[in-house]
Amino acid sequence: MPRKTSEKMINQNGTRLDGRKLNEVRPLKIEVGILANADGSAYIEQGKNKILAAVYGPKELHPKHLALPDRALLQCRYHMAPFSVQERKSPAPSRREIELSKVIREALEPAVFLEHYPRTSIDVFIEVLQADGGTRCAGITVASLALADAGIPMRDLVAACAAGKVDGHLVLDLTDLEDKGGTADLPLAWMPNLNAITLLQMDGDLTTDEFEQVLNLAIEGCKQIHTLQKEALKAKYVAVKEAVEEE
Amino acid sequence: MTSSISVAKVKQRRIAELISHGKRLDERGLNDHREVQIEVGIIERAEGSARVRLGKTEVMVGTKIELGEPFLDVPNEGVLTVNAELVPLASPKFEPGPPNENAIELARVVDRGIRESKAISLEKLCVTPGQKVFVVFVDVYVLNDDGNLIDASALAALAALLNTKIFNYEIKNGEVEIKPGYTQLPVVDYPIAVTFAKINDKLVADPWLVEEQVMDARLTITMDKDGKICALQKGGYGYFSVEQILDAAKIALQKTEELRKIVVKS
Amino acid sequence: MSIYVENKQLVTPGDLLAEGKYGAGENTYRDDDKIYATRVGLITLEDQTIHVVALKAFYIPSVGDTVIGKIVEVGLSAWMLDINAPYLAVLRAGDVLDRPFNPRKDELPAIFDIDDLVIAKIVAYDRTQDPLLTVREPGLGKITRGQIVEVTPTKIPRVIGRKGSMVSMIKRETGCQITIGQNGLILISGKTPEDERLAVLAIHKIEQESHTSGLTNRVTEMLQKEKEV
Repeated sequence: MPRKTSEKMINQNGTRLDGRKLNEVRPLKIEVGILANADGSAYIEQGKNKILAAVYGPKELHPKHLALPDRALLQCRYHMAPFSVQERKSPAPSRREIELSKVIREALEPAVFLEHYPRTSIDVFIEVLQADGGTRCAGITVASLALADAGIPMRDLVAACAAGKVDGHLVLDLTDLEDKGGTADLPLAWMPNLNAITLLQMDGDLTTDEFEQVLNLAIEGCKQIHTLQKEALKAKYVAVKEAVEEE
Repeated sequence: MTSSISVAKVKQRRIAELISHGKRLDERGLNDHREVQIEVGIIERAEGSARVRLGKTEVMVGTKIELGEPFLDVPNEGVLTVNAELVPLASPKFEPGPPNENAIELARVVDRGIRESKAISLEKLCVTPGQKVFVVFVDVYVLNDDGNLIDASALAALAALLNTKIFNYEIKNGEVEIKPGYTQLPVVDYPIAVTFAKINDKLVADPWLVEEQVMDARLTITMDKDGKICALQKGGYGYFSVEQILDAAKIALQKTEELRKIVVKS
Repeated sequence: MSIYVENKQLVTPGDLLAEGKYGAGENTYRDDDKIYATRVGLITLEDQTIHVVALKAFYIPSVGDTVIGKIVEVGLSAWMLDINAPYLAVLRAGDVLDRPFNPRKDELPAIFDIDDLVIAKIVAYDRTQDPLLTVREPGLGKITRGQIVEVTPTKIPRVIGRKGSMVSMIKRETGCQITIGQNGLILISGKTPEDERLAVLAIHKIEQESHTSGLTNRVTEMLQKEKEV
């Protein structure tokens, strides 16, 4: 939601407030399998975003009447910690969190072979520990890794990234300040091997031409993030293999 | 998931087959909307109201204006708040209780269209800067769900806003006193939402209930009066290709213009 | 026709493995004529079929498997067991008793109670019902001593080894009895806690390094070193 700000977000060299170029994703750190109890888990730091995802399941669903006879039910909860934002956020689910839980679930569903596990549920929990814009995208990125880490069969990983328009420029991976001060924010989730868009939202003001450019820019960001997702999934196995080969 | 109006598998297959041949069960073209009927000013107690029938889908929107406090970061602006209720009488699938994720998504998508297109000049709703502003409550009440609640609700919300009057007032000794007479709510843009359903890899506009049960994904595109996109929402457990999204945007340009004419006329 | 991966290569879900008339093996799926991986794992090429040996997966019940389960519910005429799978397994009272079940005389908790561990075999399982167990064969029944080690089920073949070579070696080196559940649970019963500790150590090492080669030798070496201490 754009708010007016008199501060310029992008200087004449095309450099943004945090020093990035227009089409640069924030620095990323991803770790997989960091929670002991969950069946699958992953953690991401993207700029100042710190987000944790955990997956439990597939497991039998109670109450039974909610269970689907022919596939698993994917349940997703996106939640922000009270200390994750500048002004303390009440722990109770807000309308925004409820909407995001829904669209994130719908972004992950196409990637999972739900039909393999009828009558079960797969529970995805996304906790935003620190927020700085683009949390639903980072949440999807890390949730899809948690699903893979849980050994749940998937058609593809899901990578997500937002693009938008700030100070008249088209930019990739907006921070909270850029989202509030800009004129368009478009979060997008992407299944790279199937060339499929599983999340698409936009608020702001874009001509249809600008829209096409921003869409493609967001997909570029997703591709970059996908490369890092794969590395993170392989990381612990690669480390062990290397250690063993050294012996 | 299961309800008394769910579509049998045989019928689902038939609908999908028809669509892959470019036809729909109710004989509409793939890009055709159902018939739109709009009535305004039907609830006198509300500051503005409208009822929209989109085919058999029926949505009523009432607006209420109250005095309230502005948000801290925009002290000179009025406040817009949109709420939606999927009341149980509208469908055997709706249950009583607080708004669920579908009601919340519906409200937020309608809100986004109005807010991002800056349809309401919120600065004109300031009474005492930093202290008192007008709060515009837009309440979406779904009366019958026969598919595509988003488009119907967005139309009804816009029509209700165009129909909304604010009471006149003057400030005496720091207090707001209501005077006789009304002013029209300042509405300067006309955002229109168009929703597409993806069935058998084809896009159909304005899905009705049986098509919604067969679709795997939907895309809502909201455009302002200049044909600029101000809101997007993908829903459903499926996905879209880039080409499908861009095609939908082209079709939306034309469809939003058609629908806008209907609203403005009422 | 092209294959894009080689034997023992580490792949992730969604990776394109091959295009053309190849067989889509374990943990892969076909879309049109392209074959993709569905889990993180190592490629195994078998004739013209491409398999992915998953590095981590939960247990999917299979008829004939021996499993180790924990009683989690005692019902009126059956027990429900957690077998580390998406579904609870059922053990009917009629299977355990040699005579028809009499609800007035027979008390199920006296036979198996909550949290008891049981070795059982899967006799039935399909998409519409929970897996059905039996304890009628020799070697099956309640576990009364020993400790349980849990590994991800896809590593069980590694723990067993080719023709049982790995598990036989561990039994030899540690003197422990080892019962392997296909669902990833392994029962170790040794003469002393120290013997059991060695066996557990060996199994953990196998789980960690299952995707490397020369594992049997390294585990043997490690056990011998530990015993010297």
